[in-house]
Amino acid sequence: MRRAALAALLSHWRARPLQLAMLVVGLALATALWSGVQAINAEARASYAEAAATLGQDRLARLVPADAAHIDEADFVALRRAGWRVAPVLEGRMRLGGERVTVMGIDPLTAPPQAGLAALTEGDGLAGFTTPPGRGFAAPETAAELAAADLEIAPARGIAPGIVIVDIGIAQTLLDAPGRLSHLQVHPDQPAARADLAAVAPHLEQRPPDDAGELARLTDSFHLNLTAFGFLSFAVGLFIVHSAVGLAFEQRRPVFRTLRALGLPGRSLMVLLVAELAALALLAGALGVALGYGVAAVLMPGVAATLGGLYGAEVAGSVVLRPEWWLSGLAIALGGTLAAAARDLWRTARLPVLAAARPRAWALISERRLALQLGAAVVLALVAVVLARVGGGLIAGFTMLGALLLAAALALPVLLYAVLRAAQALARGPVAQWFWADTRQQLPGLSLALMALLLALAANIGVGTMVSSFRLTFTGWLDQRLAAELYVTARSDAEAEAIRDWLAPRTEAVLPIWYVEGELAGRPGRVYSVADHGTYRDHWPLIDAGDAPWERVAAGEGVLVNEQLARAAGLWSGDGRLDLPGGPELPVVGVYSDYGNPQPQAMLGLDSFTRHYPDAPQRQHGVRAPPGAVPDLAAGLRDRFDLPAPNVTDQAEAKRISLAVFERTFTVTRALNVLTLGVAGVALLASLVTLSGMRLAQLAPVWAAGLGRARLARLELWRALALAGFTALAALPVGLVLAWVLLAVINVEAFGWRLPMHVFPADWVRLGALALVTGALAAAAPALRLARIAPAQLVKVFAHER
Amino acid sequence: MLLEIDRVEKSYATGDGMLPVLRGVSLGLEAGRSLALTGESGSGKSTLLHLAAGLDAPDAGAIRVHGRDIAGLGDTARAALRRDTIGLVFQQFNLIPSLDAGANLAFQARLAGRHDAALVRDLAGRLGLADFLRRYPEQLSGGQQQRVAIGRALAARPALVLADEPTGNLDEATGDAVLDLMLALVAEQGAGLLLVTHSPRLAARCDARAVLRAGRVA
Amino acid sequence: MNARLAALALLAAAPVHAQGFAGMGGDAEGFRLPERGAELRFPEDHGPHPEYRIEWWYLTANLEDGEGTEYGVQWTLFRAALAPGAAEGWASPQVWIGHAGLTSPDTHHAAERMARDGTGQAGVTAAPFAAWIDEWHMTGAAPDGADALDALELAAGAEAFGYRLSVEADGPLIFHGDDGYSVKSDSGVASYYYSQPHYRAEGVLRLPGGEVAVEGVAWLDREWSSQPLEGDQSGWDWFSLHLEGGVRLMAAQVREGAATDFVAGTWIEDDTATPLTREDLALTPLETATVAGRDVPVRWRIELPARDLDITTEPVNPDSWMEMFVPYWEGPVRASGSHTGRGFMELTGYE
Repeated sequence: MRRAALAALLSHWRARPLQLAMLVVGLALATALWSGVQAINAEARASYAEAAATLGQDRLARLVPADAAHIDEADFVALRRAGWRVAPVLEGRMRLGGERVTVMGIDPLTAPPQAGLAALTEGDGLAGFTTPPGRGFAAPETAAELAAADLEIAPARGIAPGIVIVDIGIAQTLLDAPGRLSHLQVHPDQPAARADLAAVAPHLEQRPPDDAGELARLTDSFHLNLTAFGFLSFAVGLFIVHSAVGLAFEQRRPVFRTLRALGLPGRSLMVLLVAELAALALLAGALGVALGYGVAAVLMPGVAATLGGLYGAEVAGSVVLRPEWWLSGLAIALGGTLAAAARDLWRTARLPVLAAARPRAWALISERRLALQLGAAVVLALVAVVLARVGGGLIAGFTMLGALLLAAALALPVLLYAVLRAAQALARGPVAQWFWADTRQQLPGLSLALMALLLALAANIGVGTMVSSFRLTFTGWLDQRLAAELYVTARSDAEAEAIRDWLAPRTEAVLPIWYVEGELAGRPGRVYSVADHGTYRDHWPLIDAGDAPWERVAAGEGVLVNEQLARAAGLWSGDGRLDLPGGPELPVVGVYSDYGNPQPQAMLGLDSFTRHYPDAPQRQHGVRAPPGAVPDLAAGLRDRFDLPAPNVTDQAEAKRISLAVFERTFTVTRALNVLTLGVAGVALLASLVTLSGMRLAQLAPVWAAGLGRARLARLELWRALALAGFTALAALPVGLVLAWVLLAVINVEAFGWRLPMHVFPADWVRLGALALVTGALAAAAPALRLARIAPAQLVKVFAHER
Repeated sequence: MLLEIDRVEKSYATGDGMLPVLRGVSLGLEAGRSLALTGESGSGKSTLLHLAAGLDAPDAGAIRVHGRDIAGLGDTARAALRRDTIGLVFQQFNLIPSLDAGANLAFQARLAGRHDAALVRDLAGRLGLADFLRRYPEQLSGGQQQRVAIGRALAARPALVLADEPTGNLDEATGDAVLDLMLALVAEQGAGLLLVTHSPRLAARCDARAVLRAGRVA
Repeated sequence: MNARLAALALLAAAPVHAQGFAGMGGDAEGFRLPERGAELRFPEDHGPHPEYRIEWWYLTANLEDGEGTEYGVQWTLFRAALAPGAAEGWASPQVWIGHAGLTSPDTHHAAERMARDGTGQAGVTAAPFAAWIDEWHMTGAAPDGADALDALELAAGAEAFGYRLSVEADGPLIFHGDDGYSVKSDSGVASYYYSQPHYRAEGVLRLPGGEVAVEGVAWLDREWSSQPLEGDQSGWDWFSLHLEGGVRLMAAQVREGAATDFVAGTWIEDDTATPLTREDLALTPLETATVAGRDVPVRWRIELPARDLDITTEPVNPDSWMEMFVPYWEGPVRASGSHTGRGFMELTGYE
C-alpha cells in the first residue's frame, strides 16, 4: 500500500520535472549561500583558533604589564628565580621580505609545549634557531610569501598564517627591542613554593587564558555581518522552497484525497510526505553544500584580504571541508524545507477525505488575510522601532534589521494589492482592465517570490548606500588625513634620526608619527604622538572638539581620541578623561574619525609623548614638501639610506593602499548581495514557471475571446515587469531605512564609527533597471512558452474530448 | 453560406504516432440556422468546432466563414476572427476568473469594439444574472457560469455562435433552460449556431443534425 | 661519572635539540679537550668551563627520617654548549638543564628545568660558589679559607615535591683517574672528573603527605668534557657507595655491546683515592625489574677481590625512573654482603 502510495505521490514530480528542478535549485541555492558563508566563517575561526593556540593564549594564563607597553627581560629572570614557571614572548608587526607579518619571539627552552613548536625539531634544531641570524618558522603559505626575506624561514605546520616564530633573542634584534618582552606565558604546572607576584614583579598582572582570542572578538562583527547576509540569502531561498512545496501540495490534493479514499491512513500519508520532503531536502542540501564550497572558495581570498587589511587577522585563503559547516548546511536545508512545508503538511493532515479535489491555488486573494498580514507587518515595524530606541549591541541591531525586513516583506502584497486595484480602477479598455485584474489575481501565487525580490533589492540598496556613503566619507577623510606628501619609516631609531637630519634642510616640516601600544579603556590600542604643526590644525578632521584642542594637545594638557574609543568608552571633549597606559590621565579635548581601524587610539602632544614614552620607537615620519619635490626626495631617501621601497611611501601610494583595503572590506558583502539578488530572480522564475501550467485555465478564455497568443505572451512579460517595478519602488524606502540602520546602528556597534548617509539616485535607477531585467528574465521563458504553445493545449482547458 | 467546412482533415501527435481525428469532413451552416453536431466520444466533433472557431488550423481542407477561408490565417488574424465574428461557449472554464460576471459579460464586446451597454443589461436581465454581476466566476454556480458564458458570447453580436457541450456540466433541468435561452437569443440575433453535443435530445432541438463517426460525417 | 655523560649525550641526540648537541661522539668542533697532567685550580674550576662541550654539578644524597625510612635526593645542573664560549644575553650558545629527584621506598618524584645562558635564569659562579636554575639552587656555605664546596645549601622542587638540604664535608675533594683526568674508553676519550664524597647532610623533604626532617650522607660529582662518547657505547651502569668504616666506592661500567665492557672505579679510604680498572672490579646484574615499560637491572653484584669486597645492591625503590627529556634510572640503593652501606645507582641506555 505504502509503496503504491509513494509511487502515486512521486509520479507528480515525474510529470512536472521543471517544478522539481525549481524546488531543488531553490533549496540548493539557499543552502549554497548559507553553507558558503558558514564555510568562510569556520575557516576564519579555525585560523583564529590556530593563531590563539600559537600564542598559547587559548590555554595559558599570561603576565602582562599593568600599565606599560612592555616587560623588561629582568622581570622574566626575577620571576623564574622566584619559582614562577613563565616563558618570555616578544611580539611585533614588521615587514619581512616586503610582507607585513607578526614576528613572535619565544624561548624554546622555557616555552610550554604548544602547537607550532614541534617545528623546531627539524633542521639543525636549537643551534640554527637560536644562533644569529637565526631561523624563522611559519605556516607553509606564509613561508612561501616570505621567500624574499633576509631571514631564513622554514615552513611548519600548526602555526597560524602571518606569524613568523623566531627565537626570542632574534626577535629582539629584528624588532629592535633589546631586553624587552611583550608578555610572559604562565606554565599550567607551577611549583608549590612560589613567591607572590606582587612581591616579585608588582608592575605585572596575570590574565586568564583567553579562549576566544582578541582576533575572534575583534572580527565578531564582521562574521556576524556575513552570517546575517547568509541567513538573508537562505531566507530568500526558503521563499522559493515554500512556494514550490505549496504548489506541489496544492496540485496533489486530488491524489491525497484519492489515496485517503482508497484507505491509506492519514498518518501514513504524512509519513510518506515527510520522507519525500526529507529526501528532497537532503538531495538539494548536498547539492547546495557542494555549491557552497565553490562560493566559499571563490570568496575566501577576498575575505582573507579583508580580515588581514582591517583587523590584521591572518586567515588562510583556502577552504577546507569541515563537518561543522557542511553538516549545518544539510541540517538547515532539512529544517528549512520542513519549516517551509509545515503549513501545507498541517493542512494536509487535516484534509477531510471528501474535501474539494479541485486545486484552489487561484482563489481570490482574501482581503481579510491581507489585513492580517498588514497587522503583522505593523507589529514587526513597531518592534523594530522599539529596538532602535532601547536596544543596544550588534544582536539587537540585526534583530531590528530582521524585524524591519520581515515587516516590509509582509506589507508588500498589501501594498501591491492596493496599487493594482487602483490601476484597475483607472484603466480604460477591456484588455487593460483585465491585465490589472489578472495581475492582482497573481499576487497570492507570486507574493512570496516578490517578497524575496523585495528583500534582495532592499538589501542591495541598503548595502550599496552604506558602502557608497562609506567610500565618499572615507575618500574625503583620506584626503584630509593624509596631508603629508611623503611617509618615511626608518629601520631603527638611529637611522630615523639620521633621516630627520637629512630631511630637515630639504623639506618644509618633518612630522614624527610615533606610537606605543598599550591598553586604552580596557582594549589594546595605540597612543600616537602628534607634532604641533599647522598640517594637523588645518587638515585633521575632528568630529568633536573643545576649545583650542590642538593648542592644548601641543601643551600636553589634553589628548585627542579616535571615534571608536570615544564611542566605546563614552569619552568626549568636555568631561572625558583618558588614562594613558603607563602615563598620566588627561582630559579628552577632541575626537577624530579613524575609519578602517577597529582599535582604540589616542593622540598625545609630541613633547608629552617623548616624556612619557622615552622608549617608544621613533621611526615613522610624515614629510611636508612641495609636491613637485616629492619624487626626488623619495628617490634621495631610498638612495641615501638604502631604504626598502615600502619604507618610503608618497601620499598617492598611501591613499591607494588605504582605498584598496577599504574596497576589499566590502567585496564579500557586495558579492553576497549580487548572489542574493540572483536567488530572488530564481525565486521569481520558479514561481512563474510552476504557475505557468496552471495559468492556462485563466488565459484560455481570454485567448478564445480573441487575444492572440503572442499578445498574451507580451502581456505576461509586462505583468512581470510591472510587478518587479512596483516591488523595486517599494524596496527603495526599505533599502534606505536599511542603509540608515547599517550606518547609524550596525556600523557603530560593529566598527565603532558612525558615517553620514549619502544617497545615490543613479544607483537606484541602475538597481531598478536590474530589477526589471530580473523580472523580464524570470518571465521570459514562461512567456516564450505561452507564445509558442500549441492551440490544442489551450483548447484542452475547455474540454478533454477532441 | 455563413460557415462552410470542406473536406477538412486533422491529426494529432500521440505517443503512438499521428492519430487522425478528422478524415475529410464537409458541412455547411446558413445564417439564422442551427446545426447539431453529434457523435460518440472521440469522433472528432469538438475538434471540428475548434477548427471552425479558428482556435486551431486544419491539416487539409478549407473552412470558410462568410466565404473567406480561415484555414490559412495566422494567429493574429484568427484571434481577430474569434473576436469579431464568433461567439464561443464551452463545457467549462469559459470565464475569466479575475473579472467579475459583469466584466466577463461585456469583455468580448468591448474587445471587438461593439460594446452596447443596453444590450448587455438586457442580456443580463434575460439570463437572470442582474443580481450577480459583481460576483466573480468562482462565486457562481455552474448554471450561472454557463449563462454568463452565453451572455458574453452573444453580447458581441457574433455572426456565428459555436457551443461545445454548453450544458454538459449542468443537470438536465438547468441544462434545458440554458439551452432554450441560447437558442432563443441566437435566433433573435439572426446568428448561426453550431452545437456540439452527444445528447440526441438536445440535438433534436436544432434545425439540422450531423453525426460524426470516426472522423467522417455519417 | 660516565653514566651522566651518557644521559646528556642521549639528551643531545633527542629531537628537540637535534643538531644542537650533535657530534658529541665525533670530533670536538672547536671545543677544548681534557689533557692529562693539567692541574685543576680552585675555586675557579668549581665554576663553568664554556670552552668544553658539557659539564655538570651532580649531588646525590642518601637520607633517613626519624623512623628509619630511607630517602634519596638528586640535585643536578647540566651545562651544554651549542658552540664554544659564553656571551651576554640570548646569543650565548650555552644551555642549562636542571634535574631534581626525590625517592622514597614507595614513591619517586622527578622534575626538569631548562634555561638559556646569558640572561641570569641559570648559571654557576665559582666564587662565591653558586649554581642555580630558576628557583633551584646549590649555594656555597663554606667558611673562608675552606674549599668552596665544603658546605652547601641546596633546594629544588616542583608541584608535588621539594626539598631543602644543608651538606657539610668532613673530608677533602677526591680526584678520579689520573689526578682528575678520567679516561672513558679504551681508545682514550677522557674527561675531568672530581668528587666531594664526604658530605653529611640534613634537611627537610616536602612530600605530598607533609614535610619530613631527614639526615644522612651526600656525594657531589663534578665533571666536564668535550668528547665523552664512543659510537658503540650503548649505556652506563654507575654506583657511588658509602660503605661501613668510612670507605667510599665509585664503580661504573660502560656497556660496549657484546665485547668486554669498559670498567672503571675509585676506592676512597682515609681521604685517599685509588683508581680501579677492569682487572680489579666486576659488576654483574642479578635481577631485572620492569620499569616504565623497560627491563632494567636493579639488583647488582659488585666484586673487588683486592679489597675482599663482594656485595649485592638492592634499590630502595625499583621504580626510580627519571622521566626526563632523556629518561634514565637514578635512585638510592642499599649494599649488603662483605660490606654494608648505601649509595646511589644510575642506569642509562635501557631503551
